[in-house]
Amino acid sequence: MNERTGRRELIKLLGFGGVVFASGLAGACTGPSRKPGGAEDDFFFVQLSDTHWGFKGPPNPEAANTLRQAVAAVNALSRQPDFVVFTGDLTHTTDDDAERRRRMREFKAIVGGLRTPVRRYMPGEHDASLDAGKAFQEEFGPTHYSFDHKRIHFAVLDNVSDPQAAIGDAQLDWLLADLKPLPAEAPIVVFTHRPLFDLAPQWDWATRDGKKAIDLLQHWRNVTVFYGHIHQEHHFRTGAIAHHAAQSLIFPLPPPLSQPKRAPVPWDPAHPRRGLGFREISVDESRLVLTLREDSLEGTGAQAAAAGSF
Amino acid sequence: MRGLWKLAGVALALALASSGASAQEKIIAVTAERFKFTPAVIELKLGVPVVLELSSLDRRHGFQVPDLAVDETVEPGKVTRVRFVPRKAGTFDFHCHVFCGSGHEEMAGQIVVTP
Repeated sequence: MNERTGRRELIKLLGFGGVVFASGLAGACTGPSRKPGGAEDDFFFVQLSDTHWGFKGPPNPEAANTLRQAVAAVNALSRQPDFVVFTGDLTHTTDDDAERRRRMREFKAIVGGLRTPVRRYMPGEHDASLDAGKAFQEEFGPTHYSFDHKRIHFAVLDNVSDPQAAIGDAQLDWLLADLKPLPAEAPIVVFTHRPLFDLAPQWDWATRDGKKAIDLLQHWRNVTVFYGHIHQEHHFRTGAIAHHAAQSLIFPLPPPLSQPKRAPVPWDPAHPRRGLGFREISVDESRLVLTLREDSLEGTGAQAAAAGSF
Repeated sequence: MRGLWKLAGVALALALASSGASAQEKIIAVTAERFKFTPAVIELKLGVPVVLELSSLDRRHGFQVPDLAVDETVEPGKVTRVRFVPRKAGTFDFHCHVFCGSGHEEMAGQIVVTP
């Protein structure tokens, strides 16, 4: 298969297989706002999560290819995102500090193949919990920060450098100071790795002091949180705040508390990339409606990778 | 939800503090090491006071039982004692909540309380 064929099939997948979820920051949305050609004021970004570079094991025997397949799939989008955000667990954990850094550098080299030059990173516990984020900071920069893009304020929260999954009062103080100048109706997007709410504490799917962050964020009316960690799409609301978890790019996990153990969903050779994918987030001109499109790697990723189109 | 657990935990702790160490307490040693607890299944009797003596064989771990408001860190060279009286029958999951490496996600067990 050549690159053109791979892209055509990807477009078909997006057209018929994509799940569209309208996330109302305020107001309703009936479909994807990413227009062919794109309106000047519209934009979209892509969320990739839990790539776990360096993982080896039965839940994904193709782990050495999956990240490259994701890069190829994003590059094959008909329009490129303004930026790509990685919501943690870029690498799979290791006790060996040199190996951790090697995995981070390999990860960087692979995602360096993205056509989108702007990439935002944050750690997951696999990247940062064993060394309090030291290697991550050296390779990628700060673990929490904020930035503005086209009239939206983005805040990145670190709830993993503390191995007990706490944000910590110092970072919460920083968040408050960062958001304080913004009016109550300002559109705010928060990126983090773990859920800020108690999704399933029995499975460690929570943030120890996440409630403090949520209480703080409630002072703004248009807040959306994107996170990873749970290796599946999930949508939840705490008050006015919408929380959206993304699929992983290594192996899916079962729905929260749906079985006794949070073991990975067994790999299915007939559908080797089922449950793996990424998310496109389109932002409309008002900046108050986000449209989420969940893209699957199933079917297209391996073909694109096989064609060497990345 | 976490607040309710804490309240429940405080209530349990107060109830136990008033009784102090009791000869009727069942003492169970629980060791933590990467990436398992021993025993992985802790069997308790409803209403029988228990002391879990938690210790680590290698590094810092956690011992969290969300449904029973138990939330402890387990340090090497130190015994952490958790006292409580099982007030409801059932199976309650516990896990390590201090990230400890590849395999951390499997470091879990169950407390089984029977009438």
